[in-house]
Formats: sequence, structure tokens, C-alpha cells
Amino acid sequence: MTSRRDFLKTGGALVLCFSLGNAFSQTAAALPGSLSRNRMLDGWLRIDADGVTIFTGKIELGQGIGTALAQIAADELDVDLKRIALVHGDTALTPNEGQTAGSQSVQDSGTAVRFACAEARAMLLAAAAAKLGTRDLKVVDGTINGSLTYWTLAGEIDLKKEATGSAKPKSPSEHKWVGKSIPRRDIPKKFTGGAAYVQDIRLPRMVFGRVVRPPSPGAKLVSVDENQIRKMPGVVAVVRDGNFLAVAAEREEQAIKARAAMAKGAVWNESATLPPSGAALYEEMTGRGVPAQVMAEKSGAAAPAAKTLESRYTRPFQAHGSIGPSCAVAQWTDGKLHVWTHSQGVYPLRGDLANVFGLPLAAVRCTHAEGAGCYGHNGADDVALDAALLARATSGRPVKLQWMREDEFMWEPYGSAMVMKLGGALDARGNIVSWSHELWSHPHSRRPGQSKGSHTLAARHLEKPVGAEPVSDVPLPAGGSDRNAIPAAYDIPNLKVSKHFIVESPLRTSALRTLGGYGNVFALESFMDELAAAAGADPVEFRLRHVRDPRARAVIEAAATRAGWKIGTSAGASGWGFAYARYKNVGCYCAVAAEIALDRKTGQVTVKRAVSAVDVGQAVNPDGIVNQIEGGIIQSTSWTLKEAVSFDRTRVTTRSWADYPILRFEEVPQVEVVILNQPEQPFLGVGEGSQGPAAAAIANAFANATGRRLRDLPFAPARVRAALAV
Amino acid sequence: MASYTLRVNGAAREVSVEADTPLLYVLRNDLELNGPKFGCGLAQCGACTVLIDGKPVRSCVTPVSAVSGAIETIEGLGSEQKLHPLQKAFIEEQACQCGYCGNGMVMSAKALLAANPRPTNEEIRKALNGHLCRCASHNRIVRAVQRAAKEMS
Repeated sequence: MTSRRDFLKTGGALVLCFSLGNAFSQTAAALPGSLSRNRMLDGWLRIDADGVTIFTGKIELGQGIGTALAQIAADELDVDLKRIALVHGDTALTPNEGQTAGSQSVQDSGTAVRFACAEARAMLLAAAAAKLGTRDLKVVDGTINGSLTYWTLAGEIDLKKEATGSAKPKSPSEHKWVGKSIPRRDIPKKFTGGAAYVQDIRLPRMVFGRVVRPPSPGAKLVSVDENQIRKMPGVVAVVRDGNFLAVAAEREEQAIKARAAMAKGAVWNESATLPPSGAALYEEMTGRGVPAQVMAEKSGAAAPAAKTLESRYTRPFQAHGSIGPSCAVAQWTDGKLHVWTHSQGVYPLRGDLANVFGLPLAAVRCTHAEGAGCYGHNGADDVALDAALLARATSGRPVKLQWMREDEFMWEPYGSAMVMKLGGALDARGNIVSWSHELWSHPHSRRPGQSKGSHTLAARHLEKPVGAEPVSDVPLPAGGSDRNAIPAAYDIPNLKVSKHFIVESPLRTSALRTLGGYGNVFALESFMDELAAAAGADPVEFRLRHVRDPRARAVIEAAATRAGWKIGTSAGASGWGFAYARYKNVGCYCAVAAEIALDRKTGQVTVKRAVSAVDVGQAVNPDGIVNQIEGGIIQSTSWTLKEAVSFDRTRVTTRSWADYPILRFEEVPQVEVVILNQPEQPFLGVGEGSQGPAAAAIANAFANATGRRLRDLPFAPARVRAALAV
Repeated sequence: MASYTLRVNGAAREVSVEADTPLLYVLRNDLELNGPKFGCGLAQCGACTVLIDGKPVRSCVTPVSAVSGAIETIEGLGSEQKLHPLQKAFIEEQACQCGYCGNGMVMSAKALLAANPRPTNEEIRKALNGHLCRCASHNRIVRAVQRAAKEMS
């Protein structure tokens, strides 16, 4: 048996071990992907007369994971794709795969499904061999040698056993489904009015809920006349528990009216708990005196420095801004709670809810249902607790509670503001001889289960609040605040990366797509261009001269070529910018070239075109990959050009889309994506690969077009005008 | 409460609600139509869009008492078994990630194609500019509208 210590010695596996945290028990041997933590075969699949059901702890959030997993299962089992049914994220039914996050679903769940199905197939074939007296077996859609079928053999094999991980999956040349752009199975119902979302769940006797949040993060409730609210038409229940207020009514519009009345009548004592905004925010963060932790350091022989450079970059608080506000359905039956939720992690949420209600885990069931766009830790978990708290007062009637738009903007956990100070030196030949990256950031992951206690919003508003122990940062190599802060792609002899991890933040922060990766790659890849300019080098050629990994080189060259970038001669190519990153330094490889247009009078920057090349290892569903990279680039364009949460010293002042503009149709760039498929390589995940490079490519394009550099996000017109006026 | 007879997807539907009830909640909760979505309640995002006499309307800010025309929702276009060319085109282009905004996109596209059967890329973007998409499926949506236009003409 492999001990953890032995496992750690196995070189390349070291990376995996850290990235999965506690994925491996102290004694059990590692199994592929999520099989390690969910080792029973019957936890992953069931084969019966109706076909195949795959159980996954990863949830569908429009990224197409259900379709990709079905493709993998169909290939390993030799059955038609249509025979594969999927059950996602249900604490009563599926494996516990933690959060659906970090672009790891195909890696974790896909790998587990692949090996579990390969093993099940081997068991079925062994049973068939015994019956048919031959080992010469051919499977076509679950039928073996034209006679026996999986569906009849299923009763004769026992999947209630631990996986061995030893069954050999198919080679890529044998794949019929993997590698094809199979249409997503979640889409047809979304365009025909099918019940596709948690918002569409209707249960018998269900009532509608709304919350009344405090007006500001530091507000305390002084008084509210609950009886007046109880008398309003349709009101079924009013809950007041500390600073938590909620109302349930027979009809949705009645709940909304009651919410408005209660918000109007409630008296709060507010206090100025928020940090300063604008430039002062970053001074406040760097001035707190939180000590630096060195995350990477190396020193080596190098030519003497001929030029040195320093730059500071900033990123504001930014919102997930899902189009549909968070929603949940909750019902209490005989002291047990069932919640339908669009949480990214039904098991961690179950633990969090059990903590709040003081219940054993077995008394809480969380069932996933899709919500509107999920770009990290939004209000999904919080609204689940809201609905559960309110449903305690409705005598067993289920409650569907959706946040209003302003609830979402004011209370969702934001992507943290960040400050990144970069330093570097070039030798006389223009090669990088030293590099430093020092960052300041609040946590990028404060999800349920992240530390002991509760991370759901209302838990802290209760009369008897349930708090959480301070979180620690997501460990490297994935990293949280320091995700992608180490310039691992580049061969640099002297290096120091350090972080000031500011745990306390008056504005709640948590995971927004890429965590710190967006800010760090923006800074790192902007700084690469600043160094390239100082070296008088073409930015693409400058990168290539510092990159050794052939897969990194390949995506850089592919993106540059597709963009028409003449490597080595395009220094300062007007209007085009380039950037590269390997997500988390262990995930997919992605390079982006972006072309901007600038209205110098108004300061309006537009991204006209973006070209990307990506290597995600084996590509399961090419169109799904294109969709993720394209969506990532456009979403990042929106973050980069427009987005910042606004607040004064007391209140968040971002309330609606009028306060938080995002990219619109007329501003969206054309995007081209080149996939460099690596059928023999492991899956790498794709959902967060392009955001960082896209931001830096835009910044670099601006610098190439104007000779001025924008180092503070977002590149809003006023800031652009100021940069041009200097 | 007052009684209203609404014409929804070709059928007369009677509901008994307050006069100021937003049409959105009547459609979603009384008539159990999933298509129109609550996004902002402020007519800013477009997720709740339905057609009234062929014109796109934000049902989240439209009181039921103000509705006199024929209402069409995405359910009225077609079903999974019998797709409208627009629905078919959105599916073929895989024109969404989460899809929550998709209802509004399809409904406004329907109104656009009725007025302008062969819109240019720019005309489509202009027509949909008031609709927000956060997953950033914009380019796929534009292609879907173009594909539907081709099929319908």
C-alpha cells in the first residue's frame, strides 16, 4: 500500500496532491481523479434494464459538464450516448466531490467516471466471457457478440466494491464520442420554456419568500413592526431573528410588497465599516501592515542587471453579476430539511446548514438544480440558508425564495480588490535576470466548508450568530490570492513572489472565476510587455525567448500566427496586444491576442477582435471548450473595461445594472479560438483559462496603440482620458 | 383582486390578481410558464421579455391591468418536439452557457425578424443591445439569429 509519504515522493504527483487538499486519506492508495475520495464503483454508476446512470458530484452550470461526462462514459462502456442518464450533485444520491470549481470537473469527475466505467465494462465482459466461453468479445451499444446485453448481465455483477483503478481506459483512437462537439443536453429545455432552473421548481402548497437585508454591512436592527407586515395581503410568515428579516406570502408579488413595506418600516443603526474607495482603497490595503509571506524564491547565476523596472497594478472589487438573482427552495419535514439549490457544492452547503441549525448531517439534504450563470461563489449558498430559515415558519410548506437584484449586488461575495507590485531587471542583452511580485489581497475563497462554522450570510445576522473561523488562503500550486503570481512559464534565474493575505475584509469576498489569477496574470503579463518594451523586443518573441515548455510555446505561436502577428517584427504593433498564462500554472495553456480601438476624445476603449489558442490536454467536447474560452475572453473584457463595485464608507452603492454596467452586444469583440488537441494527455480544465490573458492582452494593446500604460482596472473612459492627458 | 382575461400563446386565460401585479408573476406563477425569467425587476436586463401584439415588452414592469393585446412567450413558439426556427437555431448554435437570458434573446429576435427578415450583424446587435448576457454568448446568439433568418426567409 502506498503511504502518503511515498505518494509525495512520486514527483509529478506532488502537484496533484496539493491541489486536491485533503483528497487523499492517510493510508488509502490514490485512485484516478475523484475516485480517490469516493472509492465505491456503485457510487459512480448504475447499470440496469433501463440503461446507464452516472452519478457525479459535479454540477451542471451551463459549462456542459453533463454532456462531457456522458461522452466519457459512453466511450468507456461502449454504449450509445443516449443511454447515459446523469444525476448531478445530490447529498442523497451522488458522490461528494466538494465544489464544482477551479476548472477541475473534467479532471476530477471525468477521470473518475472514465476509470469506473472502464472497470465496470471489464466486469461485464468477464461475466460474458464465462457465459459464452470465449474471450473474443465485441460490444456494440451494450450488446456483446450480438447475444448478451449489459442490461441482462447487470444483475450478475456487483458494483458494490471498491474501484481498483486498474482497468485500462480506451485509447483515444477508440473513442467514438470523446473529442466530438456533441450538442449539450441541458440546452433544448432552456430555449423551450422547460423546467431548467431552481427558479422553475414548483412544489405543492409552495409559498414565495423574500429577504429584507440590512441597508449596510455594519447595520444593526433597532426596530421593525412585524405585526403590520403580518396583516398584509397573502403574508404567511414573517421571520425576525437578530438582523435577519424575511417574509413569506402566498403569491410572489405579495412577498415583494411585504418586503418593500418591511424595508421601509425597519429602523437600523448603521456604522461606517467600509474601506475608502478609489485610489485610497489600495493605500489602505497596502498600509495595513499585514506581513508578507514568501511563496516562491530562487536565486541563481545571472548576468548583471542593466535595466530595472517597477510597476504597481490594481484591481477593484468586482461582482459575479449573474443575470438571475440567487434562488433556493427549502422544505422542512419532521425536523428534516431539504433544500434545492444552485450551490456549487451540495455537500459543503449541507455541512454549513447543519452547523447553523445544529442538526446532524443526515437531517439535511441538498439537491442541485441549475441557477443563472455561475462564475464562482455567488449568493447560491446564502439564499439556501435564507429559504431554510424562512421555511421553519411556514408549517411544512415549501418556500421558494429569490433575491431581488439589489440583494444580489449588495450582498454577493465579491472578487477581492488586489494590489500587485512587480519588479524586474534585464541584462544587457534584454533577458530577464530577476523578477519580483508582491501582492495584497483579501481571501478569494470563503465558501461553505472552507473553515469551521458557517460561511453563509444570514448565519452572521442571527440573534445567536454562527460565525466561521478565519479562512486560510488556497494552497499552492493552485493558489488563491497568489494564483498565477509565480511566473512559472518563464525561465528567470532570480525570483521572489510574496503575498500579504488580508483575512479581515469589511466587504465579503470569495471566489470569482480565476480567484487571484485574473489580477495576477493581468499584472504579470502587463509587466512582461513593459520589460519587452524596455528590451526593445517584440512582445511575442520576448516571451518565447523565456519559455521552455513546448506546450506553452505552441499556444503562444498558434495565437500569434492566427492573429497575423509577425513574431519578432511586430514590436508595438498598433492596436494589438498579446498575453499568455497557464491557468494555476498546472491547468490549461492559453494565449490571447487582442485588438482594440480607441476613441481618444471620449476615452472609450473597444476590443474589436480577440484570437486565442488553448491546450486543455485531451479535448472532450471541442465546442464546449470554445464556448468557455470565448465566454471567458468576453467576460474578462467586461471586467477589464467596465467593472468595479462602488461603495461609500457605510453602504455598498452598487444596486442595479445602472450602477454596474457590463459589456453589451454592440461592444462585444469577435473571438476566434484555436484548440491544440492533445489526445494522449490528461484533461486540464478550461473554464478559467482565458480571463487573465485577455485582460493583459487588452492592456498591452492599449500600450502598443498609445505608448501609455493602464495599470489600474477597469479601463473606464475617465481613467483612459487621464492616461492620455499625462 | 380583480379578474383578467389574458390571451396567452393563442389561448384565453383567466386570472384573478391585483391590478398592479407584474405580468411576469402571472405568467410564471399562475400560468406556470417557465420561459420569462425574473432578472432585475427594473427593465434593465431583458430576461423577462415577452411579446405583446408582436412587440417586445419587459413583463417585470408591466402591470397585468395594462395588458390588452395578445401575449406570446417562448412556449408559444414551439416545443422540444416541434421547434420554432429560432429555437432550433439557438440550439444548433449552442447559443448559451447558463441560458437564463436566452428567453429574452429569442423573443426580441422574433420581433426583429418580423420587422426585418434579413438583418445584418450590426442590426442584430443593435436590436439585442438592451439584453444582458453574463456568460458572454453574444456572438453565438448573433449567429443563431442569422441562422434562423436564413431558415425563415
